[in-house]
Amino acid sequence: MRPQVTSTEAHCIGTPRAFSSSTDRRLNTLVRHLIAPSLLLDSQIRNDTMSASPTSGFHADSVFAHIDRAPEDPILGVTVAYNKDPSPIKLNLGVGAYRTEEGKPLVLNVVRQAEQQLVNDRSRVKEYLPIVGLADFNKLSAKLILGADSPAVQENRVTTVQCLSGTGSLRVGGEFLARHYHQRTIYIPLPTWGNHPKVFTLAGLSVKTYRYYDPATRGLNFQGLLEDLGSAPSGAIVLLHACAHNPTGVDPTIQQWEQIRQLMRSKSLLPFFDSAYQGFASGSLDADAQPVRMFVADGGECLVAQSYAKNMGLYGERVGALSIVCKTADVASRVESQLKLVIRPMYSNPPIHGASIVATILKDRDMYNEWTIELKAMADRIISMRQKLFDALRARGTPGDWSHIIKQIGMFTFTGLNSEQVAFMTKEYHIYMTSDGRISMAGLSSKTVPHLADAIHAAVTRVV
Amino acid sequence: MASTMLSVASASLSASLSPLENLKGKLKVGSAGLSFNKAKGNPFINTKSFCRISMVAAVNASRFESVTMAPPDPILGVSEAFRADTHESKLNLGVGAYRTEELQPYVLDVVKKAENLMVERGENKEYLPIEGLAAFNKVTAELLFGADNPVIKQQRVATVQGLSGTGSLRLAAALIERYFPGTKVLISSPTWGNHKNIFNDSRVPWSEYRYYDPKTVGLDFEGMVADIKAAPEGSFVLLHGCAHNPTGIDPTPEQWEKIANVIQAKSHIPFFDVAYQGFASGSLDADAASVRLFAARGMELLVAQSYSKNLGLYAERIGAINVVCSSADAAARVKSQLKRLARPMYSNPPIHGARIVANVVGDPALFNEWKAEMEMMAGRIKNVRQKLYDSLSAKDKSGKDWSFILKQIGMFSFTGLNIDQSANMTSKWHVYMTKDGRISLAGLSLAKCDYLADAIVDSFHNVS
Repeated sequence: MRPQVTSTEAHCIGTPRAFSSSTDRRLNTLVRHLIAPSLLLDSQIRNDTMSASPTSGFHADSVFAHIDRAPEDPILGVTVAYNKDPSPIKLNLGVGAYRTEEGKPLVLNVVRQAEQQLVNDRSRVKEYLPIVGLADFNKLSAKLILGADSPAVQENRVTTVQCLSGTGSLRVGGEFLARHYHQRTIYIPLPTWGNHPKVFTLAGLSVKTYRYYDPATRGLNFQGLLEDLGSAPSGAIVLLHACAHNPTGVDPTIQQWEQIRQLMRSKSLLPFFDSAYQGFASGSLDADAQPVRMFVADGGECLVAQSYAKNMGLYGERVGALSIVCKTADVASRVESQLKLVIRPMYSNPPIHGASIVATILKDRDMYNEWTIELKAMADRIISMRQKLFDALRARGTPGDWSHIIKQIGMFTFTGLNSEQVAFMTKEYHIYMTSDGRISMAGLSSKTVPHLADAIHAAVTRVV
Repeated sequence: MASTMLSVASASLSASLSPLENLKGKLKVGSAGLSFNKAKGNPFINTKSFCRISMVAAVNASRFESVTMAPPDPILGVSEAFRADTHESKLNLGVGAYRTEELQPYVLDVVKKAENLMVERGENKEYLPIEGLAAFNKVTAELLFGADNPVIKQQRVATVQGLSGTGSLRLAAALIERYFPGTKVLISSPTWGNHKNIFNDSRVPWSEYRYYDPKTVGLDFEGMVADIKAAPEGSFVLLHGCAHNPTGIDPTPEQWEKIANVIQAKSHIPFFDVAYQGFASGSLDADAASVRLFAARGMELLVAQSYSKNLGLYAERIGAINVVCSSADAAARVKSQLKRLARPMYSNPPIHGARIVANVVGDPALFNEWKAEMEMMAGRIKNVRQKLYDSLSAKDKSGKDWSFILKQIGMFSFTGLNIDQSANMTSKWHVYMTKDGRISLAGLSLAKCDYLADAIVDSFHNVS
């Protein structure tokens, strides 16, 4: 029962591969033994209570000496830097977490209601969930993304497993594909969320890109996309942002989606949707799910990773789901059993709290309706911030075409600013954002738009 | 109810499809009968190939056709089988989840109080940092090592919140794979079934050291020491901090000293799995003695913690990985790399369980109440052990020595029953347990001890 160590793939980007480290450590240990040969005597081991003092040479060199300090995560690290800044005018446009007009985090009323209900329910227990998570939550999540009357759901062709938000769903899906799917390459759009390549690489897939963003138009490079997917090997996996592409905010039109669908089906490319903004992009849950539903409607297979971090404001609760739409119910059932084998050695079973909140809301007619209203309000506020920023830049006569701010959709705007301009904005104006020029519109308010517009104006006119 | 409500929502919201509005009326929401505007000679949509493609999509076999049905999890699958059994005398001694004397799940009073406090305070649900809730990380390390421990005072512990014990072990395994490639982890024979899965999925090689002696139903100490000594220098040695799972057999303090001696002599790295602190003896400090012994010797070591059992937070998935390093600098570097491994797995951990622990452990009144509840739980298990021993001794006329039941500690007892005898327990007596002969005393009531004793005596003597 001893598994052989296979030569590990270089699947950590940028990590120094310390292949000689164990040799180094063994040499170090040998040297230590030569210096203190008495440690090898059996009699000492059996009889003495030997304790090395912390200052002895025994562990003067740490076994972790070869481990370098990792840099902060580029996205989450923005908040770290923001927190350190003492300036009163600082603005955090880094991570995609919704803020109110007052700049405060928001817990939806309907979420508070659901939580109160859960806490008041004396019959609730904290027993382990099944490996696949809360059953109600899974069914309701599948219906939410695929549609209440989805034939795939009615035919039991969908397996849905609760996972740790979007990241966890992507990772579990990636691991499953790396083990069970014949094509281990996944194509991701250029650019994409910074964590995507890391998730899929560690899952065991090899990552390639397809053209997506066109900096010249600040829109979609549709021809490039079609060419790159067209030349992908048959059966390759393709990551698609279901709506509100992160970081660009550029989404294909419905016609473009239809072409993408046809191309992918003709090449048997396997769609893997990342749906992190359903309802948040346009304000409509159904509209935002259209691309996914188009693919499911043609009877084909696909994967969908769902997150409730943004649309239910459940960021820290880590609630999400992975759905795999299969050809038959039998396949779906076998796939589910294998997903369990991925999950069990990762975290055994998922956390109950967030999923319970979601299930409570989705299954109650009134709470569900309230949710859709609160969700639309968040989406509308973001849309209005887009308009305000666009107007503010026009009012300042900021050089360039800024219409992409109102054309792009979702939480983020890809400003088109370069990393020098971004660094300038951080230094001089205390604006915190990712160096790719992405800003989170959710972090803006009517009060802070002028400050941001000033910063952009300065960056564009003074920094090239 | 869910489907009614979702289609109501889609009917009312379809009017507000914004960027996708140009297709309103041409696209049927959620229906399999998509009709696209074919009439206008759009060069991008070839209607003939669309029909062919949709036919081809329907006729192709599943890409997951070759996926086989995985067997149920050997531990968690026991509860599934138990639930399916309708026999009135059925008894679930499978998974280690505490039950009251009435065989009901138990939510600790301090947990309810903490949750009420949390709802009253109305805290937000923002993302935690990748390493988890700072307040939780602080109290969990202090609970394990003692707040006055030099390792804490010198900031030599890297603590990262993990998804209970499993998730914490997985992070550690990922660290080992990346920074100690080829280095083996030595695990006890037997050990918790999921340990091997965790190391296999992390591609960390492992081998076993002798632990359980079936002849004495006790610890094979000589074998354990010999196997640890024989392993390549600098291996990781997985040790159960207290209440060994599945055997319930722990080394004595003197034996721990000797184990530490041999580990130090071979420059091995101790890797503790602490899932039962406080649950084994009833005392948090006593149960941490083994870890503290090793730390006091100045050794570098890893400790995975879980709050599933001792705080009854099973489904909240709350635990931590602690890495004690020889310097604060090493600890900072190690922590940064643990974060780099967590980010592509689930981004950041769930907040709810962490807040509960931080509130309970961080508040002196709640902490004292917790200690009392834990003593009560550990006490009930000790009583059950006594009763089971008494019942077995009374019913078994063969003179077999059942005292190992009293000597073993923690939630589990290794009965010594083999696979067939364990199967008999289930098939004839409807007693559900794992096939390695392990029973969870946490699932046993005083009232059921006689029945269980009958089952064990029958299986032991009448089945081979």
